[in-house]
Amino acid sequence: MTLKVHNPGLATTIQDMGRPGYFHLGIPIGGAMDRLALRSANLLVGNDETAAGLEAVFVGPTLEFTTDSCVAVTGADMPVKLDGEEVPANAAVPVRKGQVLSFGYLKAGARIYIAVAGGIDVPVALGSRSTYPIGALGGIDGRAIAKGDELPLGTPPRAPARQPLPDTLRRMPGSPAALRVLPGLYWHRITEAAGKNFFDDEWKVAPEADRMGYRFRGGRPVEFVEREQPFGAGSDPSNIVDSCYPYGSIQVPGGTEPIVLHRDAVSGGGYFMVGTVVSADMDLIGQLQPHMPARFVKVDMEGALQARADRRALMDRIRAHLA
Amino acid sequence: MGARYTFGGDEHLFVEVDEEMSLGAFFKSMSMTNGVKEAGLKGITEICPANASFQIKFDPDVIHPEKVKAAVQEIEQAAGNAEPVLNTRLIEVPVFYNDPWTHETLMRFRERHQDPNGTDLDYAARINGYDSAEAFIKAHSAAPWFVSMVGFVSGLPFMYQMVDRARQIQVPKYLRPRTDTPKQTVGYGGCFSCIYSVRGAGGYQMFGITPLTIFDPTQKTPYLSDFMVFFRPGDIVSFKSIDRAEYDATLADVEAGRYSPKIRDVRFDLREFERDIDGYNAKLEGLLNDA
Repeated sequence: MTLKVHNPGLATTIQDMGRPGYFHLGIPIGGAMDRLALRSANLLVGNDETAAGLEAVFVGPTLEFTTDSCVAVTGADMPVKLDGEEVPANAAVPVRKGQVLSFGYLKAGARIYIAVAGGIDVPVALGSRSTYPIGALGGIDGRAIAKGDELPLGTPPRAPARQPLPDTLRRMPGSPAALRVLPGLYWHRITEAAGKNFFDDEWKVAPEADRMGYRFRGGRPVEFVEREQPFGAGSDPSNIVDSCYPYGSIQVPGGTEPIVLHRDAVSGGGYFMVGTVVSADMDLIGQLQPHMPARFVKVDMEGALQARADRRALMDRIRAHLA
Repeated sequence: MGARYTFGGDEHLFVEVDEEMSLGAFFKSMSMTNGVKEAGLKGITEICPANASFQIKFDPDVIHPEKVKAAVQEIEQAAGNAEPVLNTRLIEVPVFYNDPWTHETLMRFRERHQDPNGTDLDYAARINGYDSAEAFIKAHSAAPWFVSMVGFVSGLPFMYQMVDRARQIQVPKYLRPRTDTPKQTVGYGGCFSCIYSVRGAGGYQMFGITPLTIFDPTQKTPYLSDFMVFFRPGDIVSFKSIDRAEYDATLADVEAGRYSPKIRDVRFDLREFERDIDGYNAKLEGLLNDA
């Protein structure tokens, strides 16, 4: 009952819904960048929504099944192949022992999620199977999967869903991607004009974009409100006394390129933040490729909570559809 | 002055106790986060104290953000009246200052440093007005430190020295971060010392190395068998300067699972500390050396 890794892809990691509760010690929540996609993949193959699957970025892995099973691939648009023949994505696909799963070139989005009936059954570390390479936690020895690994599979609790996931129940970023942001944290450190530019400008995803954070460039640099730097903050106007960083928070080191922290965020540091991407739009960032255009869209708390409710309603529709 | 409250999206409340770093701000942040913990509010998932601020993560499906804020504001009121007392641990951390491994690394990244012709220790000593690296090391290890934050990555402690502001050491970070730092390097940036829990990138000045494992995801280190991260916010750390022979011996003991760090339970009282900083620190030092 394993998956044999013939080719790991670029950086394929085992992820579930993460390990809350240890951020105060510098261990981030982690888990799938696009949680909606992993939940959907799990429901398709009859797993619990929170089971561990594979997250592959830009390039898919090549995997051999050592048992009859069932697989579903969601998230980014990337052709799915079984023994070289294309099979549908966003649907449960039955697999026979010895068959090989592989992928074509990425067409849209950034990350695919591969759920296998029973889930990837590696040992739980601090409440989660999610791979966190910096802390060598979770996954296989705390690292991305590698050629020759045999990924253990659990026992599926239910039969796979009979119906595929329609496009209307998928969520992918538009172009430009619209990321809703609640201004706050150290927003008062920048001028009114800089705040306006931040939301008016079109940004592009920089090549430095990974599970820890996404960097953006192309907008105008921010201007700071002048002040004498507080004791312990450091001399640059973008510095603060080292503080915690919320997930989704947007720091602008040196005032030039915003960085949105994601699931494997560093828990704190000495850069001011202009606000935070709302929880509902974190999934979308996980599907952004470098060079893609993006806009930050200002919302208030009511808007942030509405976005969260909308996402929850979509998840409820997915559950109902795949039940 | 009251703390500043702001939301980090729909899932975080961020509370800045003070813009500047001080023991008072850290202490208030600690008491408030302890208060939040004790209040046991439903829907709160993470409580993260930092140096002069803290952050609370909550599930807005369970508790409305404004309710979290109101509850924490109430705790702030209560914290103002509470005794400024902290029951915590006093820990001795041996440090081999000016060791060959951080020295090799700092030479490798010299072009990223403010002073390409010196060492990190010489530079820090000079800009802080010390005659020699030795005198600087003495100041670094003479007074104890509060662990004012654990984080960045994997159990890395930020530490603030328990001396008045005039005696605080301050050093800038490297001009450009290094891509390598030895595991367990004792570093310094801004007004904080740190210990790198894992090998990796870093921008803090490097002063020495400790033989103590402070992060062990395998939990094979006996003193990390309960939890893989050694430090907690609020711990008090006393650095003890050791030589190569003691470093090698301690490292061998740690690696063989024979070492247990010197730890004492202490009750820290901010008022008593502020009345006589040096006297209070000497008392802490005495506690550590009692059998």
